Amino acid sequence: MQIYLPIAETSVNAFTLLGVGGGVGVLSGMFGVGGGFLITPLLFFIGVPPAVAVATGVNQVVASSISGVLAHLKRKTVDLRMGTVLLIGGLFGSLLGIWFFNLMSRLGQIDLIVQLSYVIFLGIIGGLMLQESLRALMRAKNPNAVRRKLHTHTWVHNLPLKMKFRTSGLYISVFPPLLVGVGVGILAAIMGVGGGFVLVPAMIYLLGMPTKVVIGTSLFQVTFVAAFTTMMHAVTNQSVDVMLAIFLILGGVIGAQVGTRLGVKLRAEQLRILLALLVLAVCGKIAFDLLWTPSELYSITVEGRF
Amino acid sequence: MRLLLVLAFLVAALPLRAEEVIVGLSQNRVSLTVNFEGSEILIFGAVRRELALPDDSTLDVIVAIEGPPQQATIWRKARRAGIWVNTEGQEVRAAPSFYAVASTGPLSEILSAEADLTHRISTRLAIFEARGTADRTDPAAFTEALIRIREAEGLYQQREGTVDLQRDTLFSTRLTLPKTIVEGSYAARIFLVRDGEVIDEIETFIDVRKAVLERWLTNLAYDQPFLYGLLALFLAVFFGWGASALFRLLRN
Repeated sequence: MQIYLPIAETSVNAFTLLGVGGGVGVLSGMFGVGGGFLITPLLFFIGVPPAVAVATGVNQVVASSISGVLAHLKRKTVDLRMGTVLLIGGLFGSLLGIWFFNLMSRLGQIDLIVQLSYVIFLGIIGGLMLQESLRALMRAKNPNAVRRKLHTHTWVHNLPLKMKFRTSGLYISVFPPLLVGVGVGILAAIMGVGGGFVLVPAMIYLLGMPTKVVIGTSLFQVTFVAAFTTMMHAVTNQSVDVMLAIFLILGGVIGAQVGTRLGVKLRAEQLRILLALLVLAVCGKIAFDLLWTPSELYSITVEGRF
Repeated sequence: MRLLLVLAFLVAALPLRAEEVIVGLSQNRVSLTVNFEGSEILIFGAVRRELALPDDSTLDVIVAIEGPPQQATIWRKARRAGIWVNTEGQEVRAAPSFYAVASTGPLSEILSAEADLTHRISTRLAIFEARGTADRTDPAAFTEALIRIREAEGLYQQREGTVDLQRDTLFSTRLTLPKTIVEGSYAARIFLVRDGEVIDEIETFIDVRKAVLERWLTNLAYDQPFLYGLLALFLAVFFGWGASALFRLLRN
């Protein structure tokens, strides 16, 4: 069954869309990842114009993280103060990202920028995930391995304008969280992702936040930045396709439920290797398209279309 | 008296419209509905004749359908630091978003170059390049690429020999509008051709419109982008939160 997307102005198979949303939903339920970094490139592969894929991907992030953030707020596992600082940075970063996105669209380079960002970030995350899960497997076999120190003082802790973050038990400068927020905002606008994959490690390793508030606080920031970015894309370049979003969201919420159930039953550590390999495969496919001599050297961009 | 004579002479000298084309379409409205997968249109018609059939030349029919024009940029990639990047762009002032030409025979044989130029029938002539492309060494390569890409997508079609003409009177052809067509008024022009010249021409329109919901969403997105953004967010929150609330209810 084909479904006509009024903004993308093309039709795609409805079951493919539900499959993409559902498949990524299963993964996000199993591993607790947002999955935006898989949805957007999968949309490129099925022929959705990159600009529409990015803007609609970020809209889908709102749907996939909203119930998580509500649950964490209820459980009081959100550092609202830290979340707000990250959010302020995020909104600013999103504005920067949107500006850059629209500039690159005008110059005819947006597809390249989006693809390059994906190659770089998927390569890094996939590589790190693979390394981490292989190490976890090794550690499981060899319990005497050395454990890393949890809290270390770095240059980050010597910056001015310090602020107390009571929930996280931190007294640090506002600049690191602001900058982390800006970075995540830029990624959201250009790549159509929530940015949790950058935010979570940054909160743990760079800011030194306790793990119990990391997920809730990152969801808090991601939800609002994604909502703001959706709005900015809708207002500045009209590339959010709600028809596409509805199918992705429906597939996603059902998939996430299945994934959560599966995650409890299956051995997630070993499956994480598969997720890492999947991320690397998507990265490889995009990289291949950039590096391999294309069969058609020419492309067309139409004024007012994607 | 003299004046009358001159007038009579003039009237006699006027070419008689010996043959006239009448046309019909299987549909003159195409609706881009939720499940739109493309559409096939049957174009049929007849040749009305007041005089006897001339037997020293053959009659040909050309059908050209043209979608709304668009301003476009054609990009050419080149390898920069190992990756393929759009390096050169050329603007096109107006290129039809859809262009299909069907004819009874090869255009180059049935139509003279002058007639083609006057009536802009072949695909190449339907595209208007922007001025200021003289500095480029191969401006034609970009236009050729545009035609090649759009032909591969089914947006440009050159279908020589697909118009079926029976007993020099009844003709018909089928054209496929692909799923990627844009909204607007599509002009269908039908030409009668004899000895390379166009002897009669008729134009009719096919209206391609998005269906009600799609129309409403597009209008909202472009006219009220802020409201559209709010709608997108509302749907995301509603489905995202609603679905997990529903599953929680089901579990308990």
